[in-house]
Amino acid sequence: MPRPRTLLVAVAALTVLAAGCTTDRPTGAAGQRSGAGASPQPPAAGTGDQSKFFVQADYDAQLAMRSQTPEGPADRPWEQAIAPEPVDTAEHRKDGPYRLCFSNAAVNNPWRQVGWKTMQAEVALHEEISGLTALDAEGKDDKQISDIAELQAKGCDVLIISPNTTATLTPAVTAACAEVPVIVFDRGVETDCPVTFIKPIGGYAFGADAAEFLVAKVPAGGKILALRISPGVDVLETRWSAAKVAFDASELEVVGVEFTDGDAAKAKSVVSDYIQRHGRIDGVWMDSGATSVAVAEAFEDAGLPVPPMTGEDQQDFLRKWKDDGLTAMAPTYPTYQWRTPIIAALKILKGEEVPKVWNLPQPKITAENLDTYLQPSMPPLHYALCGCEDMPGFPEGWGGTKG
Amino acid sequence: MRRTLPILAVLAVLLAAIAIANPFFLEPAGFLGFVRRAAPLVILAAGQYFVIVSGEFDLSVGSLVTVEVVVAARLIDGNEGATWPVLLLLVVLGLLVGLANGLVTTLLRVPSFIATLGMMLVLSGAVFLWTGGAPRGALSEGFRMFGRQTGWAVLILAVTALVVVLLTRADFGRTLVATGDNERAAALSGVRVNRVRILAFVLSGASAVVAGILLGGFAGVSAQVGQGLEFQAITAVVLGGVVLGGGRGSVVAAMAGALTLEALFTLLNLYGISGALEFTVQGVIIIAAVAAGAVRLPFAHPRRSKGDAHAAS
Repeated sequence: MPRPRTLLVAVAALTVLAAGCTTDRPTGAAGQRSGAGASPQPPAAGTGDQSKFFVQADYDAQLAMRSQTPEGPADRPWEQAIAPEPVDTAEHRKDGPYRLCFSNAAVNNPWRQVGWKTMQAEVALHEEISGLTALDAEGKDDKQISDIAELQAKGCDVLIISPNTTATLTPAVTAACAEVPVIVFDRGVETDCPVTFIKPIGGYAFGADAAEFLVAKVPAGGKILALRISPGVDVLETRWSAAKVAFDASELEVVGVEFTDGDAAKAKSVVSDYIQRHGRIDGVWMDSGATSVAVAEAFEDAGLPVPPMTGEDQQDFLRKWKDDGLTAMAPTYPTYQWRTPIIAALKILKGEEVPKVWNLPQPKITAENLDTYLQPSMPPLHYALCGCEDMPGFPEGWGGTKG
Repeated sequence: MRRTLPILAVLAVLLAAIAIANPFFLEPAGFLGFVRRAAPLVILAAGQYFVIVSGEFDLSVGSLVTVEVVVAARLIDGNEGATWPVLLLLVVLGLLVGLANGLVTTLLRVPSFIATLGMMLVLSGAVFLWTGGAPRGALSEGFRMFGRQTGWAVLILAVTALVVVLLTRADFGRTLVATGDNERAAALSGVRVNRVRILAFVLSGASAVVAGILLGGFAGVSAQVGQGLEFQAITAVVLGGVVLGGGRGSVVAAMAGALTLEALFTLLNLYGISGALEFTVQGVIIIAAVAAGAVRLPFAHPRRSKGDAHAAS
């Protein structure tokens, strides 16, 4: 009976093939971990090699910006800029109403969802904007390249781009610059052709803020576990590379650098494994907050106090921090930066100056100002620094409840 | 029992290796922690066993787990009072998905590999559409206690194991194996083949419900919670010596296979070997287990021709 055999072999082959296909991004993880994890002779500080994304000049500039006073209204940080170098925009001046276009990398995580809602609310504030045409690239470079080309044919007065990746999108952005004034925000591109590039201070400041907190709070010799989402993304690589610099200069021992894919169950298992393997972990550094509650729970479930740890400005973590009295801090990558491109677009179309690189302030949440950012009426995955509290439709539009 | 011995021996060796690397494993808290972590996979493997031994596959369980967790978080939204109604709804949802898989496979005669692959795509697409990749809401403490508290998770695993063993000892279990072994012979001797197979898919759906409740409880809501679980479950079942194509294998061995797979992952992790290797390990296990079954049996049954021996394996 040859048929069952063929079927069996085919099915087994397909199963193996499909199992391989579900592997999302392990290759980098494997390489990174062999240098950082429990290899026979780990490097002295356990932090592995420096990231190839690390640029010393950018690192120095970002760390310096943390102590500089931003220009602009203090109660509207999304309009503030640190060390702005204004550029003239008189050539783009025109009469309204204005049609804005937006090529969005994705809306596939809570950070981008909060930001996207905030941007739409900002558009609604301005009568002189006749409409915002937005295309979602769904996290795909090739789709965003064709989105950008498509939007150029829609008669936009300004094209706003939030690039999916840096290098691949650069040619598409360069081509668009020749047709229409371009504003880039969030992630950067490798060209200075956009009229303005809007971003918070950046990943180095984020990573350094979190690492410096642990260096201050954890006694010398303490064991640090670093949790990262995934390798190879510039805004995340810079966070870790700045933390590496801080940990290398400290007396702390980094016992592991692990990737969690932003998955709570994976993060919790990784932390549980490290607690078992090392007996105790004295501090947890994180490059984003998505899994920070799961990390705290891993210590609780092991019957241990939660050590000093870092997170981000998501409400679930802030609530856990407050309720359980954690020793914690949260650097932020504020979602209020989604308001700024709309404001910048109007400035450009009215011929007003804008900064060439618009560095937004990047506040950090500490035990002292935690209560300011904790919003019990907002959903668990809402980001506190949306700058949307004064906007029409808040809080319902962001999933919150009144009261 | 004889079929269960090899996998139990492998499991014992792996557990001993873990204990050597990490003495905490020998304490009750350490071992029960391991059992809790393995519980969802063991339960999924039990569900998958019913489907595989009847000669079919269920590739939809991973995405069904994700759907269960995401739906639960959205509907409960942190509200304790909603816990039990939502749990009931989840059970109904899981059984319906299993029923749909069974009906499509038996009545529409779509091969289960395709039917459940389609269901997997439908479910994961629906989750993405509904959540935009970022699930909303929160699970209540009452919901999370099942997966978070070791005692509950171990109890649920024990009850599930008891139920599936009783099921396989009952008439249903025997007709199921007969169906997988030789569908026509089973039908001629009065087995309602389609009904038996549909029930197998429903049981697989039910196992995904329980696994989803445990996994959601363990770490909270996540849109990736079920990713790759269907392949882990199939690997576990194959590792337990259950034959792809149906007709041979024991459910205890399948569950031991799941424990073995989880022990293997734990061991790799203890030695600091990347989690990325998990997929490679699974791939090697599937190929090796199927190949071992094909190679060994001609010697075990020398009187049969090679083709027959394989078909009967």
